[in-house]
Order: sequence, then C-alpha cells, then structure tokens
Amino acid sequence: MSQDLDTLPEADFGMENAVLPFLRQDRIPHIWCPGCGIGTTVNCFCRALGESGLDLDQVAIVSGIGCTGRTAGYLNLDSFHTTHGRAIPFATGLKLANPKLKVVVYSGDGDLSAIGGNHLMHAARRNMDLMVVCVNNFTYGMTGGQVAPTTPTGPTQTTMPYGNFESPFNLPFLADACGAVYVARWTVYHVRQLAKAMREGLQKKGFVFIEALSPCPTLYSRRNRLGDGVDQVKYYKERSQVRNGADTKEVGLTYQGDIIVGKFVDRERPTWMDAMNSHFNKVLGDSFQTYGADHGQD
Amino acid sequence: MQADPRGVLTGVHFIDGDHAACEGALAAGCRFVAGYPITPSTEIVERFAARIPQVGGIFIQMEDELAASMAIQGAVWGGKKVMNVTSGPGLSLMMEHLGYAFMTETPCVWVDVQRGGPSTGLPTGPAQADMMQIKWGSHGDFEVIALAPNSPQECFDLMVRAFNLTETWRVPVFLMMDEVVGHMTERVVIPPASAIEVVERKWTAKQPGDYQVYGTTPEDPVPEMIKAGDGYRVHVTGLTHDEKGYPDLTPAAQHKLGRRLVDKIRLNASQLVDLREDGVEGADVVVVSFGITSRVAMAAIEAARARGVKVGAARLVITWPFPAGRLREIARTAKAIVVPELNLGQMVLEVQRAVAGCAKVTGLPHAGGTVHEVDTILNAILEAAR
Repeated sequence: MSQDLDTLPEADFGMENAVLPFLRQDRIPHIWCPGCGIGTTVNCFCRALGESGLDLDQVAIVSGIGCTGRTAGYLNLDSFHTTHGRAIPFATGLKLANPKLKVVVYSGDGDLSAIGGNHLMHAARRNMDLMVVCVNNFTYGMTGGQVAPTTPTGPTQTTMPYGNFESPFNLPFLADACGAVYVARWTVYHVRQLAKAMREGLQKKGFVFIEALSPCPTLYSRRNRLGDGVDQVKYYKERSQVRNGADTKEVGLTYQGDIIVGKFVDRERPTWMDAMNSHFNKVLGDSFQTYGADHGQD
Repeated sequence: MQADPRGVLTGVHFIDGDHAACEGALAAGCRFVAGYPITPSTEIVERFAARIPQVGGIFIQMEDELAASMAIQGAVWGGKKVMNVTSGPGLSLMMEHLGYAFMTETPCVWVDVQRGGPSTGLPTGPAQADMMQIKWGSHGDFEVIALAPNSPQECFDLMVRAFNLTETWRVPVFLMMDEVVGHMTERVVIPPASAIEVVERKWTAKQPGDYQVYGTTPEDPVPEMIKAGDGYRVHVTGLTHDEKGYPDLTPAAQHKLGRRLVDKIRLNASQLVDLREDGVEGADVVVVSFGITSRVAMAAIEAARARGVKVGAARLVITWPFPAGRLREIARTAKAIVVPELNLGQMVLEVQRAVAGCAKVTGLPHAGGTVHEVDTILNAILEAAR
C-alpha cells in the first residue's frame, strides 16, 4: 500500500489553492483531527477575507483557548492566542486602541459561551465593533469531550457519562437579545453561505456573531455512535432548514433534531466608539477631539 | 524622551494618592485604561475617566476584572500605554492575566491599592498583604517589578517610573499602594512636561521580513515591539513559543523561553533594586520597611535616636526584585533587623532569607485595617538594641 502511494505523483497544493496565501504555511500541518469541521470554517473565512476587499495588514484575529482557539495561529494576519474565555476583552482593547483595525474573534463554543459568556454578552450590549465567529461542536474537544453549555440534552460526555440532563444555550438568541447587529448560523455543510456570512460580517460595523456548527468526530460523534465527520455533515444537510430572518427565540437546537440556519439579524446601531464620540462631542464641545480620527476612521 | 504635555497637569496640587497615581499615569503617557470598580482603588479610574476625553485616549469600564486585565493587554498590542487598577479581590481574579502579560512580554502597569484580606476582608482599611501574591500568585515561574510609594507625591513619581520600567523590561510592573497612601491627601508637585523623562516603547526599526516578534540577542534579552496593523503579521500566544511567536511545546523551548523571561529580570536585579538608606552605617539596629509603614517606622526611628540608640532606616522603594545582597552586607555590621509590615509575615521572610542568620531578624506583623502604633515599632527597636 505504501509503495502504491510512493508511486503517485507528488500533489501540488500550492498552485491552485486559493486559501493558502491566507495561511501561515510554515505552521501547517494543523492539529485538528480528520473529520473535524474547524478547518472547513477556516477555509470559508479565508475566502471571505479574500472577497471582503480588506487590507489584510489591517485585519487582526484573536482566539481564546481550545481546538478552535488554535485558529489564530494558522492565519497569516496579526494574530493573538489569548487566555481561556478572554478573546473578546483582548479584542476590545485591541480595537479601541487601534480603531483602523478590523478585529475578528475566532473561538469555540465553550470558550465563548461558558468561561467567556459574560464578555460575549457585554460586547454585544456595547455593540463593540468586532466580528465573532463561534465554531460550535457541542463539546470541549481539546480537553477530551466534556459537556459544554451548547451540548444538547441527551448525548453523553465524559462529565455527563449518563447523558446530558442540562439544557443548551441558544446562541443566536443570546447574541440577538444582548444587541448584536448581525447574527447568523450555518453549518460546515453550508460552505458558501458560511463564507458569505463571514464576508458580510467583515464588512459590517458593530458586533457580529456567526455560529458555525461543526462536527467533532473524535469525541462527540464517536462517544454517541453518530459516525464520522461525513455522517455529521450528512445530518446537517438532511436536517437543516434555511430560514433567514427567523425569530432567534425559535432556533434552539436539539439532539440530532432539525437545525434552523440562516441570517437571523441584520440591523444598525451605533458602535461603542461612535456612541462615545458623539456623546463627548455633544457634552464636552471643543475640549474633546473625536477619538480615532487620527487613525483614519470615518 | 519628554512627556507629552497633553497629559501633564503641571502645578502644585493638594490631592490624594489615588488621584496622584492617575496623574502620574497620564504624565507617563498612559492612554488606555479598562477598569472595574473596587475600593480603595476606584478613585484612580474615576479620575482617569474624567480626564481622558480631553487628553485623548480611552477609558472603558469592563464587566469584570478578568475582562479589564485582558482588555488592557489587547490595547498594548494596539499601540497604547496602559494601566490596570485594582485591589486585593480583583487582583486575585486577574492572576491568570499577570502570567499572560509576563509570557507575552506585554508592557503594562498594575496598580494594587492594598486592603485587608483575605477574601472581601476589610475594603476600607489598609494592608500590605499582597506582596507575595504579586511575586508568586500566577502559576509558573515569573518575575515582576514592584514599587511601593509612601506618599501621594510618590504615587505620582513612582507611577511614571513604573511606566518607564515596564516599557524598558517588558514585564508587568506593580505600583503597590495601600488604602492609607491612596486616600491620604498631601501636597503633590507635578513638574512641567519637559522635566518628566518618559521611556518610549521599544519599537522596532526592522522591516517585516527581518523582524521576529520575540527575537533577542544575548546582549539584549528584551525583544523589540510592533503594534497590530503595522504589516508585521505577528503571532502572539500564551503557549510556550519560539522567536517567531509560534507555539513550540518542547522541553527545549520551555527551557529557553522560561530562562530568558526570568533571567532578564534576575540577571539585571542589581540595576533595578532601590533601597533607600538613612543612618545605616554603624547602626546597631536597622528597620527595613516599605510603603506607608516606612513613614510610621521613621517616627519610631527618630524617637529611638533621641534616646541614643544607633538605628538606621532601610526602605524598599522597589520591593521586587529584592535587594538581598545589600541587606546581607547590612546584616554583617548591624546586630538586629526589625521588619514592620501590614501583614502577618511576608517580606520578613525575604529579609531572613537574605540575611541568612548574620543578624537577628524580628518581624513586626500587623493584620491591617490601620497602621502600626509608633510605640510598637519603637519598643521593638529598643528591645532589639539591648
């Protein structure tokens, strides 16, 4: 078998792969398992970056801790791999210090909604000008498959060995309720839609929340006898319903049940910095110089 | 370079230590604070919030201390000088991010206006009981620099110095205040901007292709910096990393990085320590103190001298790194060393370690809530002199 492989012509990945220029090629291979969907989301993100028209020197990516948290390290951008749950506060400081940057937070469901849940809520409330990509694989992958706030009721996890009896977060509803101006959910089956949502997110001003459902074949699927990565993508294909503009209250997920996907929220609201500038201009008058003006911000 | 005059409130003021600390930060070029309220430090961020719109910068009150201590670090990589302000319970929450700042060599000043602990403790009473927490509180090996002001004037002066030290060494630098110093109102003289020396960030002159985010030489263990958006496309991680900032999870990388980070302070400790001595030569008894306790100690020292006792004062203006070598020298001639402090025995351990039995060391512990009685220290001096 190995001899057969040796006789194959060497694959040329470099010439036609549109995504490679966006990656730190000296960091490949990545750590993600076969069948994992995180790489698919990164592929979508790279395509979105390319289509966004943004100057990549002005895009920064911030991750927390976990499998998805490793994303920052693979992208050829200014990239920050921070502490568990604190990517959003770090990104908040980065964005406010250098307003010309487009700052993207790219992390997992445990990182963003459990340990980092408070920051997710408040950044959405403030309408901080950040795009948050939450790759939701329903589990803590890096630490070996523990229950997450997103784990549906029913399946087992190492810390829910008799099945999860908790109720999961409905993340789009949470982000919507807290004030995000753009909220979407897609799965790694919906690569074109996900890439489009990411491009729209990169071009949107304000707090953007994109949930990307992704298989974790090693821990979530295998433990619950759901097959491999492809089986999960088939499930996404068969049970997803596109409902753009759906009421986020209605898009909660159940174990292997129907999945509502789409762009749920797209609205306008002043960002934190715009609100600060307009307020201080009003109350402080000439003693205040608009912040960020020297950074080339509108 | 000279301070940016926009942040310098030149003049003679009658303000408390918290306000003076804020003015010191503004004078040093601090233009970003992410705060979270906690007694007795809150006045620092309140003043910053009031002052920064006109100076030009950002104040944001975050949702908790974890967010505050991380938002400032994002702002550093966005190009700002930053300050993190808290007291004991908040500091306990921030400990992971102390490690992150050390690991990623993110220059930042941490202000701890100490209050009685543990836990919620005594919010409105002074203590000096976080001295070991800042030294050992985050996991793993690390080294901080810490300064201990004993007056509002020093809250200003040492704050400027703290900013200069953090930019020079790229380690978190602590200003270890306490409730009394923070709330004590005294005369504070803020010099003109031209008389305030400010250390600029160590920006690289290298081009993106030649630059490594953690590249150092044996002669200079402190890497040069960039900010996000300058086209360098750096990677920064709290994982053990190589010169490019890439994770390298090997024992060899851990050894190389761990040693460099710790040694950049340990091997340069002799130029960092600051022990202010008064009448130490020929003294039989030397009182080692820091912060507000050094002022109470001085009253006791003067009273003892009036009684003919040869007593010297050695004040730790910088508590970390610790001046172990100089204290060992002092112990060779002094009979006894007295260490009053507003905790139940912290810096006295470091004095004992430094002195290594050369002189008798007497701790004067105090659980906090108020300062020592002068007589308590005086009696300890008289006892030690016998």
